[in-house]
Amino acid sequence: MSGALFAIAAAFGSLASTRAQQPGAPIAAPPYPTVAPSPPQRTGLNIVVLDAAHGGTDPGARGAQGIRESDLVLDLTFLVRRALEAQGFQVLQTRNGNENPSFDDRSTLANAQRGAVFVTLHISSTGLPGTVRVYALPDMPSRANAGGILNWDFAQASYVGLSRKFGDAVQGQLVQRFKGSPANVQTASVRQLRTTAAPAIAVELSSVSVQDRSDLDKMMPRVADAIARGLAAFRPSYVLPAVAGAQP
Amino acid sequence: MNGRWRRWLLAVLAAVLLIAAIYFPKLKRKVKTSAQIAQPSEEQARRELTTATPINPADPRVKAKMFWTSDEDESALSPIAVDLALSPDPVLRAKQVLNTLLAGPVNSDLRTLPADAALLAFYLLPDGTGVADFSEALGTSTPSGIQSEQRAVDSIARTLEANVPQIKRLKILIHGQEVDTLAGHLDLTQLFIVNTKAAQPPTLSYGLSLQPTPANASPVAAGSSATAKPKTAKR
Repeated sequence: MSGALFAIAAAFGSLASTRAQQPGAPIAAPPYPTVAPSPPQRTGLNIVVLDAAHGGTDPGARGAQGIRESDLVLDLTFLVRRALEAQGFQVLQTRNGNENPSFDDRSTLANAQRGAVFVTLHISSTGLPGTVRVYALPDMPSRANAGGILNWDFAQASYVGLSRKFGDAVQGQLVQRFKGSPANVQTASVRQLRTTAAPAIAVELSSVSVQDRSDLDKMMPRVADAIARGLAAFRPSYVLPAVAGAQP
Repeated sequence: MNGRWRRWLLAVLAAVLLIAAIYFPKLKRKVKTSAQIAQPSEEQARRELTTATPINPADPRVKAKMFWTSDEDESALSPIAVDLALSPDPVLRAKQVLNTLLAGPVNSDLRTLPADAALLAFYLLPDGTGVADFSEALGTSTPSGIQSEQRAVDSIARTLEANVPQIKRLKILIHGQEVDTLAGHLDLTQLFIVNTKAAQPPTLSYGLSLQPTPANASPVAAGSSATAKPKTAKR
């Protein structure tokens, strides 16, 4: 009986508070207990998912003397891994050999982690040799993740801001080592990044058009060092969205 | 046969060989040229299959802006004014400017789209979404890489923006199909914003839930194309 009375009283209270609202006025607090919105959760950045692009039947960009992007980025991945592990990061790779996981398989590995960032490594066919560019996605509509449910096709939507911050940190390191590289992260609709629910960047070296593979081999340790230092600089900014779908 | 006749015979044979040596390369060139005329290349055959865009000489000649690679910065696009008779009909106009873009600039090093690619069809939906359907060569011949693929899409989007104001968003198809990427990197499942001022999120009922993505990775695209001083070319 007392429960029913409480429910009626609560209903009247709710009606009264609804009536009291004026157009344009801030929405009054609901008359029932709510879960206090949690402050942004500071989560330690622990895991780096490294993605050596292409592989298997997809060699990626191909250059003179049989240079294949898929082979080079795998070598680069191992160097980046070593540099990151030296900084205390845990590293996962989307591939360790000449396999070709799908875009979604690669994203799945990153999306299953908590406290992770995602770095996909590429070598272009064009561009000024000896330069490196970092890409993040352009703005995506935030409603893509409405309702707190991760929309796989727009999983990156909540992380675009963090991804750009991460990209700027890495690009800032790269421009010190590779003259002619841009000073800031670039935006491009990179397919691999769209389905990744973590701060995610693509790093692209120029290019497979070099006459000698050793030119690219010489770049790799410096690229690895720049990524590791950029990530270390980004680490304090790593605050994951508290609620799925919220902008960080 | 006495020795005198033998000498004559050898002299005649030597003369014939000399004439043949001079004439043979010319003959070879002639045969090659006539074969090229008689047999259209694979690319020519493909272009003939696609509907030719009719050009009406009565249409006003305008300075159309084509966005090709900048000759100063390989990573940027630069607007080049080309003298063209453009139709007032937005679909025809879009076909005309895209075919000109595909034909490439005078300096072929500055082209943004592969020479063997062709525009198969162009549609304009009532909400301002342009659908450009290209041949498979757009995917197979565009140099693989984020930068080169983004530049290719930017050049299409910026050229449409500059010349066909009715188009607000762009969807790129390859041989009538939606594909995941252009050449392994750039996402073609999305819509690209063409007219940044007019474009609003589309209310489309076809395909996936398409969200517009700004095609603005290049410095020119990111800034205002109107502020860039176009170079002029006659076509």
